Amino acid sequence: MAVKLESKSFGSGGAPLTLKREGLFQDAVRRLVKNRAAVVGLTLIVLLILMAIFAPLIAVKKYDTQVLSDQNKVPHWVASVFPTMKPYVKYSEAYPLGSDYVGRDLFSRIVYGARVSLSVAFVGPLISLIIGVIYGSISGYFGGRVDNIMMRIVDVLYAFPSLLFIILLLAFFRGSASHIQPGSPAYLLTKIDEALGGMFFIFVGIGLTAWETMARLTRGQVLSLREKEFVEAAHTIGASNLRIMFRHILPNILGPLVVAETLAIPGYIGTEAFLSFIGLGVNPPTPSWGAMISDGANAIRSYPNQAIFPALALAITMFAFNFLGDGLRDALDPRLRGTQ
Amino acid sequence: MGRYIVRRLLYMVVVVLVVSVITFGLMHAIPGGPFSREKALPAATIKVLNERYHLDDPLWKQYLDYINNVLIPHITTKAPSTSLSDDCLINVKIGSVWIRWMNFGPSFKSRSRTVNDVFRDNLPISAQLGTMALIVALIIGMPLGILAALKQNTLWDYLGMGVSIFGVSVPVIVLGPVFVWLFGVALHWLPPTGWGAKPPYFLGFLPTNIGWDFFKFAIMPAIALGLGSSAIIARLTRATLLQTVREDYIRTARAKGLPERVVITRHALKNSMIPVVTILGPLFAALVTGTFVTELIFGIPGMGKYFVTSITNRDYPVIMGTILLYAVFLVIANLVVDIMYAYLDPRIRYD
Repeated sequence: MAVKLESKSFGSGGAPLTLKREGLFQDAVRRLVKNRAAVVGLTLIVLLILMAIFAPLIAVKKYDTQVLSDQNKVPHWVASVFPTMKPYVKYSEAYPLGSDYVGRDLFSRIVYGARVSLSVAFVGPLISLIIGVIYGSISGYFGGRVDNIMMRIVDVLYAFPSLLFIILLLAFFRGSASHIQPGSPAYLLTKIDEALGGMFFIFVGIGLTAWETMARLTRGQVLSLREKEFVEAAHTIGASNLRIMFRHILPNILGPLVVAETLAIPGYIGTEAFLSFIGLGVNPPTPSWGAMISDGANAIRSYPNQAIFPALALAITMFAFNFLGDGLRDALDPRLRGTQ
Repeated sequence: MGRYIVRRLLYMVVVVLVVSVITFGLMHAIPGGPFSREKALPAATIKVLNERYHLDDPLWKQYLDYINNVLIPHITTKAPSTSLSDDCLINVKIGSVWIRWMNFGPSFKSRSRTVNDVFRDNLPISAQLGTMALIVALIIGMPLGILAALKQNTLWDYLGMGVSIFGVSVPVIVLGPVFVWLFGVALHWLPPTGWGAKPPYFLGFLPTNIGWDFFKFAIMPAIALGLGSSAIIARLTRATLLQTVREDYIRTARAKGLPERVVITRHALKNSMIPVVTILGPLFAALVTGTFVTELIFGIPGMGKYFVTSITNRDYPVIMGTILLYAVFLVIANLVVDIMYAYLDPRIRYD
C-alpha cells in the first residue's frame, strides 16, 4: 500500500516496486516455513488457541467445581510418574491429571488457564505497540527539543523497576475496586475487570510499562527513515505530517516492530504468571497457570503434580512463542540471525 | 569523564526522587490504611496510631518528612536512642557529633521491627541469592556463547542455542518447583527449602559460613534464577562475537601473524563484550525482581516476602523503603554499566 503511494509520488509506474514488495513478503514466508522450529512453534500456538476457544468442549468438568471429598486425588499413571507420592496418595481415575487441594479438576483448570495466558500474549503487545508506536514516532519524527524531552521522560520511566510498578498499580486498582461509586468511569473499568476475571488490570499494567521499549525502537527507526528521499518527496508534494507518518514511514518499520513484539510475548506471559503467582494476578477462581503453580508449590513435597503440570503448560507456551519469534526475526531480517 | 559521572549522579537523584513521588502517591491513593482490618479497631486506637505515625498530617508534609529522614544526613550531639522511630542505617560518631542518616522508619505491620531491621537481616540474603544467580548467569552464559560462535554450525553451536532457548522459555516459577521436587524431594541430593546463612554477616552482606553448609542451600535457587539470564547472555555473546570476527581489524590481526588465541581473546572478545555489558543493567533488574519468586518457592527468608506482603498490608514505610532501595540499585547498576562501556570502547566519549 505504502509502496504504491510512494511510487505514485515519484510519478513512475507502481508495478515494479509493488512486485518487489510482494517478493520480499513471499521470501519471508518461504524462509519461515523452511524453519522447522518456527513451524513447530506456530503449530503449537494454533493448537493452544483452539484449546482456549474450545475449552468447554475439551474439559468435561467445570474448572471451578469443588468436590471436597475429592481433595488431592491422583490417577495411577501420575503416581508412577511421581513415585514419591505412592506411599500416601488416594487414587481416583476420574481426574486425568489429578485434583487440587479443594477438589477441582487440574486438567480443566490447565485447559481454561490457556485463556488467560493467551489473552495476555495478544493484548499485551497490542497495547504496548499502540502507545509505543505513537509516542516513538512523534518523538522521532519531530526530533529536536520535542524528541529530547519525550525521550528523557522515557529514560526516567525506564529506570523505574517496571515489575514493581505493575505490582503497585495492581494493588492500587484492586484495592480501590470496592471503594468506587457506581456510575463513574472508574466503576465501569472495575466492572470490566471483574467480567474478565481480573485480566483487564493486568493488561493495563503490562501495557503501561511495556510501551517504553517499543517507543525507543520506533523512535530509532523513524529517525533513520525521516531523512530518506521518499519522505522528502512526500513533503514536496504537500503531504501532511500525519499522512507521512502513517502512510509512508510506519509501513516501512513494521517488520522490526513485529519481530520485537513477538519476542517480547513470552515476557508478558511470564509477567502474568509472576503476578498470579504472588497473588496479584487474576481473581480466583479464574484459573491461571501462575496461580496454579503457586498453589501447587505449597504442596510440592506431597503432590508435585499440582505444580509441575501447569508449569509444563506454561513452559510449552513460552517455547512456542520463542520458536515463532526467532523464526520471524530470521525470516524478516536474515542479517539479524542469532541476535537478540 | 568526571563531569559525565557527576551529571549522571545528579540525574540519578532526579530519577530516585521521581520514583519516590510516584510510589508515595500511588501507595496513599490505595483506599484503606495500614490499620484497617476485617474486624475494625476501635476509633480511639486508630486515632492514637495515626497520630503516632503522623498519618493525619497532609500528604505533602508526610512526604517531605520521609525524604528528610531518609535522604538528608542529620548532624546532632544526641546519642541515638533505642526507640524504633530513631533507627538509622548509618550512625557515625565524629568527636562528640553524631552523623545519622537513612532512617527508613518503623514497620507498621511487625511492630517490633524497623525497615532498617529488614534491610539488615533479610536484604543480605536476597543480595547473596542475586549475586550467586548473576555469577551462574555469567559462568554458564559467556562460555556457551563464545563456544557457539567460535564453532558456528557445529554440535557446540546447536547445544548452546538449545540451552539458551530453554533458558528463555523456562522461567523460575517453572524451574523452581521442578528442582524442589526432583533434587530435593525425590533424589534427596539437596535440601529442598531454606537458606544457609544467618545474620550477622561479614561486611554487612557476605555469609560467614561459606562452604557446603551454605552452598547446599544456594545451588538450586541460584541456578533456577540465573539460567534465564545465562540464556540471554549466551545468545548475545554469540551474536556479537560472530559479527566481530568478520571485522577488518580481526583480519589485520591474523594477517600480521598473531596467534589465534591472542586474536580471539585480545581483539575479538574485548570488542564483542560491549553489547553484553549493555544488557547487564536490565538483566540485573530481572534478577532483583526474580529473587521475590525464587525466595517464595525455595522458602528463603529474604526481602521477597516483605515486599509482597507490605503492599497488601499497606505497610507504607516498608513499601517505600524496598522500592526506593531497588530503584537505587538499578540506577547504580546502569551507571556502572555506562562507565564500563567507556573502559571497553575508548571511542565512546561522554561530554
